[in-house]
Amino acid sequence: VNWFSAWADYLPTMLDGLKVSLLLAFISITLGYPLGLGLGLLVTSKNWAVKAMSLAVVEVGRGAPALVVLYLFYYGLPNVGVTMGALMAASFALVWNAAAYSSEVMRAGFQSVHRGQIEAANALGLTARHTFVRIVMPQGLRSATPGLMGLAIQMFQATSLAYAIAVSEVMKAANNLGSRDFNYLKVFVLAGLVYAVVSLPATWITVYFEKRMKRAYA
Amino acid sequence: MDVFSAVLQGLPMTLWLTAASFGIGALGAIPLALGLNSQNRLIWLVCRLSVDLVRGIPVIVWLFLLKFGMQFDAFRLSPTQAAILGLGIVSIAYLAEIYRGGLQSVPRGQVEAAEALGLKSRNVFFGVRAPLAFRIVSPSIATYLMSLLKDSSIASTIIVAELVYQSQTYARQHPDVQGILPYIIVGALYILLSLPVAYYSRRLDARMRKEIFA
Repeated sequence: VNWFSAWADYLPTMLDGLKVSLLLAFISITLGYPLGLGLGLLVTSKNWAVKAMSLAVVEVGRGAPALVVLYLFYYGLPNVGVTMGALMAASFALVWNAAAYSSEVMRAGFQSVHRGQIEAANALGLTARHTFVRIVMPQGLRSATPGLMGLAIQMFQATSLAYAIAVSEVMKAANNLGSRDFNYLKVFVLAGLVYAVVSLPATWITVYFEKRMKRAYA
Repeated sequence: MDVFSAVLQGLPMTLWLTAASFGIGALGAIPLALGLNSQNRLIWLVCRLSVDLVRGIPVIVWLFLLKFGMQFDAFRLSPTQAAILGLGIVSIAYLAEIYRGGLQSVPRGQVEAAEALGLKSRNVFFGVRAPLAFRIVSPSIATYLMSLLKDSSIASTIIVAELVYQSQTYARQHPDVQGILPYIIVGALYILLSLPVAYYSRRLDARMRKEIFA
């Protein structure tokens, strides 16, 4: 069978898979980033118990492979009586992953805010909360934006791991088509292209944005 | 067999996958990094597009493509070969990007000083620019090595008997409360394995900053 007619045949199924991949990426980013912001703040807490707990959540989320966390939720937890569907388990694991990584990106952003800004806010008599919400956070998040955009692309790619627990995303669709007519090469090249069609433009936008920001603040 | 020994059976394979693909990446990235720094727009464009393309495709797709897609007549890759090759290809692209960043961030004055001393352009590159660049990016390389270690777990999906595969096997044989243990142990093991690299890279980073930028 020639490549393009095979691809035309596969494409609808693959696009159904892409919808699930994009949904998973959307969930992990929209829930993970706000959680990451919260974790980033808790890590700087003066209460040692809060600090230790949030640090543990961040370090496990970054240190353990996402695949292991995925298996823990899907195959591990049922052994202690907690059962959930594959999409739910994948969401939990990827949200945790996104939260852990984004908390570090945002923390670095907050630290990059010039000390003089904070001193100026203190001199003006702003409260600590006000200083953070109105001065540090807006500037810190702005400098964290390219990093968060890059992380979003990584999260989109990480949704492919959900294949391992049979979520019907792009890889699952590809594997189903592959085992149907054994054209594994054509199927997986197409799967790669489906991911690339999303990641590449997103990468270029991120690079463009990063350059423009550098120029604006240089 | 107890759960610890069962999981640890996979450790040599995980370390081998990581080391072998890192070796491929560290060497293979050199020509690509030079291409990314090339003045020739055509060479630059080809290298740029290949790096972006490789990085735009998830590791698991590379592994399946190599394991199941590359079967011609009698030729096929073993799971381990496919995993090393796939992780190696991905490493080449990521490390090339890291090397490129390093080459571009060598302070101009160092290169100009070398030129003013009359060094040949080849010596300026290999004697001054490349070693300095390597030091600047060595913390990033260490960070990448850690993420490669974690990515090697994806090889379990094409049945390579590394840490995660061994954990899965143990968990399947123990469908009771014990079944959750291997996942916790293996997760902790990855964190433990990345600690020395993290420590080393932080020390290296502090020393490098003093030596090059101070």
